[in-house]
Amino acid sequence: MSTTTTTDPRSRGKASGGEKLADWADGRLGIYSLAKANMRKIFPDHWSFMLGEVCMYSFLIIILTGVYLTLFFHPSMNEVEYHGSYVPLQGQLMSEAYRSTLNISFDVRGGLLIRQIHHWAALVFLAGMFVHMMRVFFTGAFRKPREVNWLFGFLLLVLGMFTGFTGYSLPDDLLSGTGIRFMEGAILSVPIVGTYISFFLFGGEFPGHDFVARFYSIHILLLPGIMLGLMVAHLILVFYHKHTQFAGPGKTNNNVVGMPLLPVYMAKAGGFFFLVFGVIAAISAIATINPIWAMGPYRPDQVSTGAQPDWYMGFSEGLIRVMPGWEINLWGHTLVLGVFVPLVIFPLVLAAIAVYPFIEAWVTGDKREHHILDRPRNAPTRTAFGVAWMTVYFVLLIGGGNDLWATHFHLSINAITWFVRIAFFVGPVIAFIVTKRICLGLQRRDKEKVLHGRESGIIKRLPHGEFIEVHEPLSQEALYTLTAHEQYRPAELGATVDENGVERKATGGQKLRAKLSKAYFGEESQIPKPTVEEYKEITSGHGHH
Amino acid sequence: MSSQDIPEENLPAEQDTTHGAVGVADEKNPFADPGLPPHEHRIQDIDERAAKRSERAVALLFTVSMLATIGFIVSYVAIPVDKSVYVFPLGHISALNFALGLTLGVALFAIGAGAVHWARTLMSDVEVADDRHPIEASPEVRAKVHADFRQGAKESALGRRKLIRNTLLGAMTLVPLSGVMLLRDLGPLPHNKLRHTLWSKGKLLVNMNTNQPLRASDVAVGSLTFAKPEGLEEHDEEFQNEIAKAALMIVRIQPDNIKDKRELEWSHEGIVAYSKICTHVGCPISLYEQQTHHVLCPCHQSTFDLSDGGRVIFGPAGHALPQLRIGVNDEGYLEALGDFEEPVGPAFWERG
Repeated sequence: MSTTTTTDPRSRGKASGGEKLADWADGRLGIYSLAKANMRKIFPDHWSFMLGEVCMYSFLIIILTGVYLTLFFHPSMNEVEYHGSYVPLQGQLMSEAYRSTLNISFDVRGGLLIRQIHHWAALVFLAGMFVHMMRVFFTGAFRKPREVNWLFGFLLLVLGMFTGFTGYSLPDDLLSGTGIRFMEGAILSVPIVGTYISFFLFGGEFPGHDFVARFYSIHILLLPGIMLGLMVAHLILVFYHKHTQFAGPGKTNNNVVGMPLLPVYMAKAGGFFFLVFGVIAAISAIATINPIWAMGPYRPDQVSTGAQPDWYMGFSEGLIRVMPGWEINLWGHTLVLGVFVPLVIFPLVLAAIAVYPFIEAWVTGDKREHHILDRPRNAPTRTAFGVAWMTVYFVLLIGGGNDLWATHFHLSINAITWFVRIAFFVGPVIAFIVTKRICLGLQRRDKEKVLHGRESGIIKRLPHGEFIEVHEPLSQEALYTLTAHEQYRPAELGATVDENGVERKATGGQKLRAKLSKAYFGEESQIPKPTVEEYKEITSGHGHH
Repeated sequence: MSSQDIPEENLPAEQDTTHGAVGVADEKNPFADPGLPPHEHRIQDIDERAAKRSERAVALLFTVSMLATIGFIVSYVAIPVDKSVYVFPLGHISALNFALGLTLGVALFAIGAGAVHWARTLMSDVEVADDRHPIEASPEVRAKVHADFRQGAKESALGRRKLIRNTLLGAMTLVPLSGVMLLRDLGPLPHNKLRHTLWSKGKLLVNMNTNQPLRASDVAVGSLTFAKPEGLEEHDEEFQNEIAKAALMIVRIQPDNIKDKRELEWSHEGIVAYSKICTHVGCPISLYEQQTHHVLCPCHQSTFDLSDGGRVIFGPAGHALPQLRIGVNDEGYLEALGDFEEPVGPAFWERG
């Protein structure tokens, strides 16, 4: 004990103020062990890695601006007469929620800006999550050990959608009220309990006097609280797993190559927050979003044409618009398939991307950790599946805006509806086949490039008159990058008879898996990557030494 | 499913794990990992003047941010909240919103751009490799944790003392029920509220726009009139709930053009009253095509034929629009001859 006091490296005399403060904090919070592991933590650099940052920053912007808005917004459905500064609505009856939103837009200086930043940031947040998930999906970053983080991200997307929906419903304007009515109609279609859920949610009949206050607590507390927790967990896992990286010279499954958190990544990522915030603020200065004053207060017997939800809810709108109006009446009850089927497909469309990592892991049977990203072309079946999913999504977006498509492109709305109905089933199949073929084509091109070098653009005339294009052999860096990916072989069922001649029955699951494995990794689904032997044979033949 | 039923050889070969060192071209394997490429210097690394230029650029950006913030404050104070300004190509927009947004945007963006430029040009761009460690614990740690858990479980005697375990399970299962019970008063039970509207025999049809009772002679062929039941006023506590069910569309069709027999019976000299609430998910229908007598819901484009019993002719609606039986009272005013015979609005389980 006595010796440690004399050799204490933390001799108070020489330490600067900052060091003293850090020592103080370390003695209470143990920050040094945390900093030791993380201060110079390495982050790889790739443009696609900033997509997740866009989401995180827009979420922070939403929280900051949202807190500001709560200072002025009144979540109440009491009917009041408007006497504010927006002249066209003078004297109209409206809810307090709508009036306070008008006040934020017209009487609070900067209120409109913050409202617009809040809404724009929400759109950017959802779009960012969508694109970020595509990045993770198409590069296979969701594989072990990151499946749980994929689920966290997925939950953030779904909760983000509902937080957005509850948020734009709060002003109680004509458009958002129509969206709520749509939701109520969809809830009513649920067999047996639909009417009960609706009455409990709205405190009685639609629209009642309660939903704004209830949506308010869901929108500002319940959902963002869960999301904040999920986002922290998401980030902790990103730190713990460390970042993935693309294959390249010096980059392996056992290392992470990049630049340290302090200072490079901190400056870049920290600066990026300001870039995102700045861009969203500028957009909010020039582009009006959700001009609730133009729509008027909500009345259940009034509506405007061209009513559209925010874009991320558009695919559910598409489902409900193109579904045929089937209703089954039996024994005094009604099964409202025309509405209930879309209501069921809606979560199924989303769940398909949530469970995908587990399906792929089951098919490959691969239990190893993966930190090297796939190029999408090198996983053709996965890529094709992803594009097929996106096709369904975008077809439904078209369906959700069928009236706008019809008016803007002078098309028949019946024709668009039928197109969407058919494309919902056919589109993903075509997209799957086309994408897979493109991937295989790109794999062939990579193979060609590895074996024969890159096209130099130099045309040479040989003595006997033949023209050839000179191909230049690739550098070893390029060769490594193009051949670093792994290729699975399809799992086989194996002999149906064991060594003792006893028949072995393959279970249905095993059969399905063998089939899927063949579809994923069979001859039709990947081009064998070039081998060293092939390369040497060709290069020696060409005389490149 | 475990990996055991996939033969080892189906898994791809382990990757070459050598890394870190700057590689030498491998004669035997041209596809081998050459290792991290050597660092290439940027102009700022070799030329101090270039580095100085970068420094000034970063400082300029931070200065721009300061100026923009001052601009924000000045705009906040100087520009009236109701001033509108013409900006090409945006049109007439709020001057304050435009000024505040742009200055805030520039103030923030310049900080970000400065920081990124600083990181890219002046901070070290040497790539470093960090080792990864398996996420899974080592077998020793795994064994220790399992043993600890078994020991703890044994000491709790939960497995042995079944009575404690079962009653605890019972208690934990029941306790959330209190929370569920507390949700009961979120709303009343539906009963048959969705089946009834304010309409009843003798209630006059009041024009929504003029707030005056409608006479048969007020309704011209080709016009679309919205009506509400008499006695329902905008200031009423339950106005929104009631109008959500009772809103009517009144049109006049030449009686010869009415194809549905019951519709003709329920009309008055070709004046028919239909629920305005779409039977799909409840949007108010508002578009009327007078030549064909079709009405269209603008939300999901369900289209109904008002000359044929409100039949669905296009779109996702599942059943016809309910018709209200109307007549004329002694004074010539249109009146309801009862409530709707079926629930209005979207279908639901109990509708039948």
